[in-house]
Order: sequence, then C-alpha cells, then structure tokens
Amino acid sequence: MTVEQIGSEGKDQFPIGMRVLAVDDDPTCLLLLGTLLRRCQYHVTTTSQAKTALKMLRENKNKFDLVISDVHMPDMDGFKLLEHVGLEMDLPVIMLSANGDTKLVMKGITHGACDYLLKPVRIEELQNIWQHVVRRKKKDRCNSGSKEKPHPDSGEAAGIGNVDNNGKLNKKRKDQNEDEDYERDENGHDNEDPSAQKKPRVVWSVELHRKFVAAVNQLGIDKAVPKKILELMNVEKLTRENVASHLQKFRLYLKRISCVANQQANMAAALGTADSAYLRMGSLNGLGNFHTLAGSDQLHNAAFRSFPPSGVLGRLNTPAGLGIRGLPSPGTIQLGHVQNSGNPTNDLSKLQSFVPGNHNTNILQGMPMSLELDRLQHNKSVGHIGELPTTDSTTVFPGSGNLVDARITGFSNNPLLGVTSNSLMLEGSSQQATSHTSVSAIGFQNGNALSDFTSIAPASNQLQDSKAGSQGQASPINCNAGQIIRSAPQEWNAPRKDAPYQSHASINSSIPINSAMIQLGQCLDRNNSIFHKTTDLDSVGPLNFVDPLSIKHGEGDNSIMEPSVIEKEGYLMFQPRPHGSHVPDNIGSLEDLASAMMKQEGGCNGYSLRTSI
Amino acid sequence: MDFVNQLQRKFIDYSSSLHREGIVDDQFTQLRKLEDENSPHFVMEVASLFFEDCEKLINNMAIALEQKQGVDFKQIDECIHQLKGSSSSIGAMRVKNACIAFRSFSDGQNREGCLRCLQQLSHEYSLLKNKLQTLFRLEKQIVAAGGSIPRVH
Repeated sequence: MTVEQIGSEGKDQFPIGMRVLAVDDDPTCLLLLGTLLRRCQYHVTTTSQAKTALKMLRENKNKFDLVISDVHMPDMDGFKLLEHVGLEMDLPVIMLSANGDTKLVMKGITHGACDYLLKPVRIEELQNIWQHVVRRKKKDRCNSGSKEKPHPDSGEAAGIGNVDNNGKLNKKRKDQNEDEDYERDENGHDNEDPSAQKKPRVVWSVELHRKFVAAVNQLGIDKAVPKKILELMNVEKLTRENVASHLQKFRLYLKRISCVANQQANMAAALGTADSAYLRMGSLNGLGNFHTLAGSDQLHNAAFRSFPPSGVLGRLNTPAGLGIRGLPSPGTIQLGHVQNSGNPTNDLSKLQSFVPGNHNTNILQGMPMSLELDRLQHNKSVGHIGELPTTDSTTVFPGSGNLVDARITGFSNNPLLGVTSNSLMLEGSSQQATSHTSVSAIGFQNGNALSDFTSIAPASNQLQDSKAGSQGQASPINCNAGQIIRSAPQEWNAPRKDAPYQSHASINSSIPINSAMIQLGQCLDRNNSIFHKTTDLDSVGPLNFVDPLSIKHGEGDNSIMEPSVIEKEGYLMFQPRPHGSHVPDNIGSLEDLASAMMKQEGGCNGYSLRTSI
Repeated sequence: MDFVNQLQRKFIDYSSSLHREGIVDDQFTQLRKLEDENSPHFVMEVASLFFEDCEKLINNMAIALEQKQGVDFKQIDECIHQLKGSSSSIGAMRVKNACIAFRSFSDGQNREGCLRCLQQLSHEYSLLKNKLQTLFRLEKQIVAAGGSIPRVH
C-alpha cells in the first residue's frame, strides 16, 4: 500500500488533490491505476486488500473522497466492499472490472456504485471521476435539510458550485492535512466559512444508523416521523432535519432493494431453480448503498413489489434444503406477503391460501415450487408472490407453502440487517386476498447462508389483522414508506391452533443454511380459523433463520428460532435466533449492528407471530 | 551519436513490429505515454509485475488442470479473469485474446480444451516476455549511450 502526498493541493484546486483510495488485488492493474490517478493529479492511496481498504476508511471517514475498487478480489467481493463503503461512509465508489457483462454492471449499479469502468482503464476516464464526488455532495446537501440555501462559497473550488451548507467540503479541504477526525455530530468546524449557514455534517455511522433503524422499527415504518425518531434515538446534536433526510434516503433504499429484489427474483424465476437463481438473489443483498438512494429518482416511482420467491424457492427445492417434511394439516397456510403499496388491490386479490396438508409429498420436492412460483410470478404485473392457484385449499404451494411467506429480503450491509450480500429472498404468498402481511423477507446468501442473512423488517408493518377484515390491502405494506423487512423466523414448533394469526417462519432445521432456505410462513389471515393451521408443520423445523448477529453468539439451538418479535401496528420485526451450526462466521460490523438492532427490538422468545388482530 | 540514432531506429522498428504482430496494442502505447522524467521506467516496472503475475497464474491453472480428483473450473475461471484484466491493462493483446478463448473452454468445463488453451496461453506469454525483454534491452542501451527513448505512436 502506498500513500502519496501531493504537495500543496489547495482546497480550491479541486479536483486536483482529490483523495482517492484504489483497491485491486492484481498488482499490475493496481500499479497502473495508481499511476494513472496520480497523473490526473489526485492524491492516491492504493491497497491490494479490500479489508485494509475498509480499515483505512473506517479509521477516518473524512480521509477520502472517492473509492475505486476492483470487482473480483480474493479477500472480499468488490460488491460487498461497495456496500460497506456506501453504507458506512457514504462515499462514492467506482467499480472496476475486466468483465463488462451487463449483468455485472447492473449489479454494480444496484449495489450503489456510481460508476463502472472496464479494464483497461484509460486516463481519460479517470480524469472525470471527480464528478461523482461533486454529485454526491450536492445530493447530500439537498437532502440534508431545508434550511440551507445555496450560497456561493468563496472557499470552494469552482467545480463545487453551490455552496456546501454542510460545510463538508470546506471541512475537508481545511482538514485534509490536519487529519482531524470529526465526530459525527460535532459542530466541528466552524465558521470560517463566510457563507454562513454551515451545518456540521452528520456522518451516519454504523451505530448511529443502528439507532435510527431501531427507532424506525419501533415506531413502525409508517409512523416513523423524524421528530419521533429523533426522540427515540436520543442523540445529542442530531437535528430533526438530519433525521428527516436520512429517513428519506432509507426509504428509498428499501424501495430500491425490494424492486431489485423483485427483479432479481423474476430473473431467477425465469431461470428456474438452482443456485444460479440463488445467486442472483444475491444481488439483493446490500442492495445498495442506501445512502445513494436519495439520488435515485427512479426508485421513487418503482413499484415496490413483492419478491417472487422463485429464486428462493428454487433453492428450497434442493433436497438438501428442503427438509420440509410435514405440512401443516388442513389449515391453509397463510402466507403473507408484502405487497407493493403500488398495487395494493392487485396483490390482495392474489393472495391465495394453500393448504399444504394434502400435498405433503409433493410440496417439497424439486422444481414444482419454483415452477409454481413462476406461475405465480406471471400472474400479476406486480408479481407478487401471493398468487397461488386459487384459494382452493388443496392448492399447495410447493415447498414454499409451508414455509413461507415471509418474504425475506436481505440486504447485505444494511445496517439493519447486517447481512452480507447474496441474500436469499423468500417470499411466500399469502392467501386470502384480503389479508396481507408484511412479509419479512429474509435474504440468505447462498454459500454463506446465515452469515449473510440480512434481516428484513417487515414492510410497512402491516400484519394485517385477520380479524380486522381489512381487505388484504396490499397497501399496508407500504412500499412507499420503504419496506423494512425483518426476517421473522418463525417457529413452527407445534401447530398453534389457537393462534388466529401466525406467522411462521419455518425452516426446517434440516435445511442447511447453505441453501439459505428460510421459509417464513407468515400467515396473515383474516380468518382465524384458517390461520393457525398453518403452523401445523409438524415436521417442519424451526426456521433456520440466522441472524447475523446471532451467529456470533453461536446459538446452539437447532431447533427453533426464537425470534423476538416486535409487532407494531402490524409491523413485525423478528429477531430470530440463529441456528447455530450453520452460520459461517462472516459477520462484519454491520451484522453486529443488525443484531444489535434486532436485539433492541424486543425480546419475545418463542416467537409466534400474532398479528395484531 | 550515430550509434544512438541507430539504436533508436532499431527501437522504433522493433516497437512497431510488436504492434504489427499484435503482441501489444494501443494500451501499451498509453503506458508509454505515462512515462516521464518522474517515472522513466514505468513500462518496465509494470511489465515485470505482469510477468510475475502471469507466471503465477499459469502455474496455478496448470496445477488445477492436473487434479485427478476433479478440476476446479471455478478457480481456473478466476485465474483467467485476472489474467485477462492484467494483460489488457498492460496491452498484451495476444495474451488477452488467448484468455478470452480459454474462458469459453473453462465455461464449458472442458478439460482437454482447457489444457490446449493453457498451452497456447503459455506460448503467447513466452513470446511476449521475450519480445518485451528485447525491447527493454534496447531501451537500456539507448539510455546507456546517452540517448533518449523515442516515443512511438
């Protein structure tokens, strides 16, 4: 790793002196990249290890303006690094690869990369990368609150244009050589900026974000208003505006991941089962740098969809994974799924109940599930999973039936989730058009399974009350609000007949984590009678839901996940306990965050999800 | 200075032939352009790094292909990918093309095909290495004789 000082880079000379961190495991390419960057007069730090890069970034968040990273690296996937950086440091990241496959590029973009360059890199391309820094700053300025007014900043370089209300750029320039570490809330630097209106920039560190997410979860994504969040977070010097802008980004992020997840699932569905499908789900992880959401306009409009479980289900099909042996008896399994707020009614109608009971044997094995899902997939434009072939109670939703409904979305590096990429999404469909539940999607990563699990907060908290008779409005699941999906592991232990509403996450303990199968059955059912039956998966083991956090704790409890569930206004959060054995220990700090967050959520053990019915 | 001129001419000719034969491509020229007073040996440095890298990767692939228990095509794929990246970064066109061809065989999990490709790759690499080393020798001679490296466009 080399560090170079470029002498006397004035603050005003941006982009000259822009501080770039270059990461590539290939020494030839790294040398070339570093040289090219220096030729562009940037201040370059190079490293061949992603972990070292992260370490450097974490040590001092203000040390770099931009990160360029290779995609294929042995110690850490470039996309993962991308997510980490985006989430923790909110820096623009450029991906670099010899492989220019559209899919990869798409993956990079969805993970939040602000650009994707192909090797061999040309100097002309590098000469313009500073635009990403400016763009990001501008975006952040716009997002962080209304009070700022654009104001020409005398100290700023021409390229920066509008004033930086946050004073970040100023700060940076001033502090570049001082190497000061600003506290996130600190009103650090002050006022030498004649343009006034300087707001100290709030850096959303992992802990801060964790608190934020906890607060949001506690309030329920629908009810999470900045003021209340602020109160709950109880952090000094954090303003309502900071929270508001962060909340906005967060919502966009959730939306984005769900959309992408949806697309991914679709793709996966199209491909049928198999790991490849799974892998695609992987892209759901860490969907991204949620910080970048703010800028993605398209997300605003994107319909938030339920994620077709196909990808996941495909996985489920694998015999190894499937271990679902029993099916709940007659009662239909209600699967709730998260519906896109965009298509509430549609979704609702699609919910179907299926009764695993009769089809035990068929359900679990093989393709059918995915096929079924495919079918479901195509049913509606929204592609929500819920669509099982009619309400016929004998309809079996292959494999997935028992499992799940929960749509599990994992996003890696989501501070909420702390799960790595490649999360698996499971989605179940809920039956009964009327009810819909917020589905927790759990993302699992193929190989790493649990360690990569990201928890998902149930979207829009809506566990519909079955009794409420609210017509399964998909709406409750507010995509708009962003779905916070928590993985809800459910315990399938014993059928709970009395439970009017149960969400079940049943993951057969035999399901290897690797297959990342998590089946969450969330049953939203208006009809109580139907509901409880679903849990009747006798042989179904507990959902092996791995909470990355839990992973650390090495819970040895195989059989049951005991998620702690917090239900707020139909918004569920589950904290499953991991199935100890399988969890690969890949947890990084974000997972810690996620787990911490989860822990905060509540301590309901022996989770059985009852909807606030 | 006639001697230096001669050397320089030789250098230019040789350089052009490398381009003509496709041993190196435009990227190599770009690398040349990055050389200046501050980094006069940049191309040589990058090339030596590349040689090391390439040899290591070729070795790894050879070993992987010899595994009786089963060839790990994923590993081979990764090696190819990396080699492709570095060869394209240095402008080693034929090596890069050999990698591309190689990839289709490794995708197809075709061991025989891979072995053939590996051989081809090895061959291209050796060729590249020899030629570049000749070129660098010429460079050194020029510099030693007091001349400067002509820029070839």
